[in-house]
Amino acid sequence: MKRLLISVALLSLLAACSSNKTKAPTEDSMSSNTKSSSTTSQVTAPSRTTVDPLSDSTSILAKRSVYYPTDVDTIQNSDKRVVRAHASYLSEHPNRNVRLEGNADERGSNEYNLALGQRRADGVKKMLELGGANANQLDSVSYGEEKPRGTAHNENSWSQNRRTDINYR
Amino acid sequence: MMRLLRIGVGLLLLAQISLANAELSIEIVGAGEYQIPVSIVPFGGDEKLGQSIQKIIVNDLRRTGLFRIVNNAGRTPHQPDQIHYPDWQSRGVEALAIGMVESQSNGLIKVRFRLLDVVKEFQLTGQIVSSNEGEIRAISHHIADLIYEKLTGDKGTFSTQIAYVNRVGKRFTLIVADSDGYNEQNVLTQHEPIMSPAWSPDGSRIAYVSFETGRAAVYVQSLYTTQRVLLANFRGSNSAPAWSPDGKRLAIVLTRDGGSQIYLVRPDGSGLRRLTFSGVIDTSPNFSPDGKFILFTSDRGGRPQVYRMSVDGGPALRLTFGGGSNFSPRHSPDGKRFVFAHLENGGFRIATQSFLTGQMEMLTDAGWGKKPSYAPNGKLILFASEARGRGILATVSSDGRIKQNMFPQKGDAREPVWGSNFPIQ
Repeated sequence: MKRLLISVALLSLLAACSSNKTKAPTEDSMSSNTKSSSTTSQVTAPSRTTVDPLSDSTSILAKRSVYYPTDVDTIQNSDKRVVRAHASYLSEHPNRNVRLEGNADERGSNEYNLALGQRRADGVKKMLELGGANANQLDSVSYGEEKPRGTAHNENSWSQNRRTDINYR
Repeated sequence: MMRLLRIGVGLLLLAQISLANAELSIEIVGAGEYQIPVSIVPFGGDEKLGQSIQKIIVNDLRRTGLFRIVNNAGRTPHQPDQIHYPDWQSRGVEALAIGMVESQSNGLIKVRFRLLDVVKEFQLTGQIVSSNEGEIRAISHHIADLIYEKLTGDKGTFSTQIAYVNRVGKRFTLIVADSDGYNEQNVLTQHEPIMSPAWSPDGSRIAYVSFETGRAAVYVQSLYTTQRVLLANFRGSNSAPAWSPDGKRLAIVLTRDGGSQIYLVRPDGSGLRRLTFSGVIDTSPNFSPDGKFILFTSDRGGRPQVYRMSVDGGPALRLTFGGGSNFSPRHSPDGKRFVFAHLENGGFRIATQSFLTGQMEMLTDAGWGKKPSYAPNGKLILFASEARGRGILATVSSDGRIKQNMFPQKGDAREPVWGSNFPIQ
């Protein structure tokens, strides 16, 4: 009797395992890929009328990343001008929006790094608001260590990965 | 000649099958102090199956480091009256497993299995297991679990499942597999990161973080129906899901109110309640087995360290001290210890600490060991590691003696987690 029970229980478990697990609901997830990929913005072709300073590669606005020391989320003095310049631009162009994407190097848990990247992005967001940008122009997210720019286990890679990107959309 | 040819063909088939199924290749380092000498005789009728039950059992037992597998040296008893005990006693075998497979007309196979004590010459256990032919691995793992439990006194975990994320280039796949890495099933594939898979206590659902909406959002997906719920998609990041032992709520981390703070929520997204109010980083929550406490990582004291608090709120108690930082705490199944990733001098190590003594014990050398989780029997710890420039899965025995690396076929394996439930028996 006991034997029979065991075999029956196993059977039903196995049937449950083998049925539907494998199908992945990829359709809606794949469609969102296109959203988050773009970074550059070409607003108007350079002409004799107005040139958007955003598309001027010599402008300070061409700098779209700020960098941090290890486990630090405060904006470094050397990057404050860059953030202030973007704040001024955003306050003068209320129709422009940016997405602040925080990142971290791999030295931490993935979850802690996600939180650290978010804190970095939120710090830039706050400074943009203080500089005159409107909160509804700004969105801050984090990729943690999930999208590293440098993949080697060395300071050269890590220093590139500790950053917040200012992405106009 | 004819016979040789048949054997050759048989081997070839087997080799192909194991290639097709081997999603992870495995290497084992170290061994237990004492290994139980055991012989697993190829089951009668085994050769007619696509895969060898005996081989699957042998591999399961070998990976634990607790057994020394003794070759059957051409002796193939399938029933107790065919066993000549002195043959096995003289070769130092302590336990012997034999069995027979019977294919039935309805597509089912019936496996009769016996485990015998060679020293005392009697049967330790015996079972008849039947299932359809596609479930040979599951039957084999079930038998390996019986052998393991009978010979070590602990429950086996060969029938349990693991989940991990496979990153190949920019493609991320959430994978659920048997604990030996076989029987891989894709839960979600996309070109945005996937993080932090977490099994529901009954193993029927998996919560995870996906970036498909453009930000880290928490989902709960049923593994049987593939139905899924977007649990948290607030502004900022939504992350680090952890199930309560009764499966009635999850702890998650949200940044919507400033800082990364821990919240409790029901699996359908209702009843959201904030638990921590530090304003700094609180993350990687994990429920105690009795459901009363939550372990988490926080940098409220400067460096990230492990803290514990009641699920009803109130003050948090710091548990880890000393040099370095500590991440990703998880309770042992008996609730007496916790395992975590310890970072010091640029290297990660898997470590455990006793709640009672506060004593920290390092289980691995400095490297990239991250994200540890216990097997349901508490004997093994699964974690993310790195070897030959790739992200891999690794296990270490809870005493630190036996280490095992599992390589994905392609790309990097990340974010592993062992299912918390034993299979229904």
